[in-house]
Amino acid sequence: MSQGKHLPSILVRHNKNTAGRETEVMPIPDVVKICMSQSIGAPCKPLVQKGDYVKVGQKIGDVDAFVSAPVHSSVSGTVREIVDVRSSMGGSETQVVIESDKKQEVSEEVKVPHVEDLAGFVKAVRDSGMVGLGGASFPTHIKLNPKNLDECHTLIVNGAECEPFITADNRMMVEQGQDILDGMQLIMNYLELDKGYIGVEENKPDAIENLNRLIEQGGLKNIEVFVLQSRYPKGAERVLVYEVTGQVMDAGVLPAQLGVILDNVTTVAELGRFFRTGMPLVRKRVTVDGDAVAEPKNVFAPIGTQISDIISFCGGYKAEPKKIVMGGPMMGRATHSDSSPTLKNTGSLLAFAKDSAEVKEETGCINCGRCHQACPFKLVPQIYAEAYARKDVERLQKFKVMQCMECGSCSYVCPVRRPLSFTNKLAKGMVKEAMKK
Amino acid sequence: MDNQNKFHDNLIVSTSPHIVTDADTTKLMGTVLLSLVPAFVAAVYVFGARAILLSAVCLISSVGFEWLYNQLAHKRQTVGDLSAAVTGLLISFNVPSTLPIWMAILGCFVAIVIVKQLYGGIGKNFVNPAITARIFLFISFASQMSTWPLPRMAESADAVTGPTPLGILKTGTVTDIPSNMNMFLGFIGGSMGEVSALALLIGGLFLIWKKVISPIIPAAFIGTVFVIALIYYGVTGGDYSAIHMAIFHVCAGGVMLGAFFMATDYVTSPKLPLGQLIFGIGCGVITMAIRLWGSYPEGVSFSILLMNIIAPLINRLTFKMYCGGGKNEK
Repeated sequence: MSQGKHLPSILVRHNKNTAGRETEVMPIPDVVKICMSQSIGAPCKPLVQKGDYVKVGQKIGDVDAFVSAPVHSSVSGTVREIVDVRSSMGGSETQVVIESDKKQEVSEEVKVPHVEDLAGFVKAVRDSGMVGLGGASFPTHIKLNPKNLDECHTLIVNGAECEPFITADNRMMVEQGQDILDGMQLIMNYLELDKGYIGVEENKPDAIENLNRLIEQGGLKNIEVFVLQSRYPKGAERVLVYEVTGQVMDAGVLPAQLGVILDNVTTVAELGRFFRTGMPLVRKRVTVDGDAVAEPKNVFAPIGTQISDIISFCGGYKAEPKKIVMGGPMMGRATHSDSSPTLKNTGSLLAFAKDSAEVKEETGCINCGRCHQACPFKLVPQIYAEAYARKDVERLQKFKVMQCMECGSCSYVCPVRRPLSFTNKLAKGMVKEAMKK
Repeated sequence: MDNQNKFHDNLIVSTSPHIVTDADTTKLMGTVLLSLVPAFVAAVYVFGARAILLSAVCLISSVGFEWLYNQLAHKRQTVGDLSAAVTGLLISFNVPSTLPIWMAILGCFVAIVIVKQLYGGIGKNFVNPAITARIFLFISFASQMSTWPLPRMAESADAVTGPTPLGILKTGTVTDIPSNMNMFLGFIGGSMGEVSALALLIGGLFLIWKKVISPIIPAAFIGTVFVIALIYYGVTGGDYSAIHMAIFHVCAGGVMLGAFFMATDYVTSPKLPLGQLIFGIGCGVITMAIRLWGSYPEGVSFSILLMNIIAPLINRLTFKMYCGGGKNEK
């Protein structure tokens, strides 16, 4: 049975096809392309040059900015080139292209961190290059260093994984449950938090069982698995905080302002592993699925591996791919080419063939109100679309468009295929633009 | 492993979400058509083959008018969404089975062309096309629209038409009204598709089960009719018990058809549960006010029309943010 208070949500086809398969380690690819902007903050500057020899775990990019996180090499080998390429968001980004020698020599920089206090802990977390692996890529060391630390009391670890198809977090909880608990204990000790929750949807009984077993074995009285409904979007930050604590979290509010530290389950587990091994974030579990993939499975891939290499490891394409999504099908981003590399936050790669990839034609709105009923925050996408078309910023603000988190529920349920989530995003942009003036 | 030249570089880059629900307008309207089948079967059983003819005429002419309008106006063809078919079938359900064919076709013209397409097509009409067509026919052709064929089981050599149960209640002797069992099964006079409460209930529950409609509007509508009848007859007394009369009012006239199939029209009803509750109660109150104190025997279509008109206001009243959200917004 699920716990907690519930916000409106929708039922989506889960398609968790890969949940039961153990993660496989793919061979080291010939080439990795390591992107210098892998966090939501400032892009890193490359610390290496063409022709340099780099090793696994070596820091190859960093920048002196408050919101930033370093990036590390995921292979040993030679830097072939440093290039500026078009990013999936339309801008340009710098990539360090490394030809691997497949020896996977570990850098001398990699050592288990010695930490004595919170400041040391936060510094070590930054050194690990950790960012929010649920998709947001917010640098973790900033999250773990809130201004109002004395008001924070609860750690919520997000293992909801409400997006269809993705099972990487699920496999993490099944295969590396101890890393999660280690990471949680570290955070709770250094930040002096009283209570830790792991929010998991009830459609992952093996994960729940494994975590409960490990919690019992470790005698961890202050950590608890919090079973969520298997509905979308229970894993959205603001929804999860409400479900677990009952507190309303508006857009623009940080969880810390409500006394909560919230991190993705993979982030926490990778932290636990880093403090055990000293190896920064260089490898990631990626769910590969979609109707164009021959053998859907979870793969451990070095960060920066090209999508085509990962899909080759999964038996290649069984149908011509027309769309490849990095991330979940509800909020993930479609990439233009399968030569794109994976990023730290890439939890899944979904390759879709023609029928499921094509954008369906929009027909007339029948005013059914499903978008409104589906919205976790009871927002009104239909009104936003009209107001956006009229450029009516006042009306957009009156109906709280800025509260939209672009979860995509409205677009999903719309029987006439209106791209409502997208118009919400455009409308938010319009309001932001108007506020600047 | 070296597949450098085999990259797929022209993938579709569209905005999230990348998956959508199976439901679309055609499926929703198709389900509504399916749910009208029991009432159609009942209509044929009670009124004979004329019911088939009339339904076919209304369905075909509604779809035809929409097709023709889109063709002439150079609009995208929308007959595939089946909404015109639903409207057509509902129009036939809302008229006596003996209505002249040309009147039925005129009704379909009013519904599809004037009420729906001239306002911009599906989703843009502010009142329900079928209800409006019924009221148009009722006012224009008062005598044909209130000449009710008797059910086949009640026909006799010297009478093939007679008043509806509500008509009897209004002008005749109360003790002449049919038994509640006949009311429920539909062996009574009335509009072709509204007579069998049982068949409509089956269709309505099917729609609720399929999540095409929410139960709130039908429950509020029918519940209000029941409660008002209960109170009215409880206070005024009469030959029958208040509960008997309450059941009578629920099964009589267009309440079942209206509550499940007309008041729940997405386009013209409120979107949120609270609004739907207000809407349903409003329909029930107006219906009973007309039945008990108005000069017409039946008020379902007027009640839905009036509530359609104020639905946007109800929507505005009931839009709300969750738990006072947005107060921390910058």
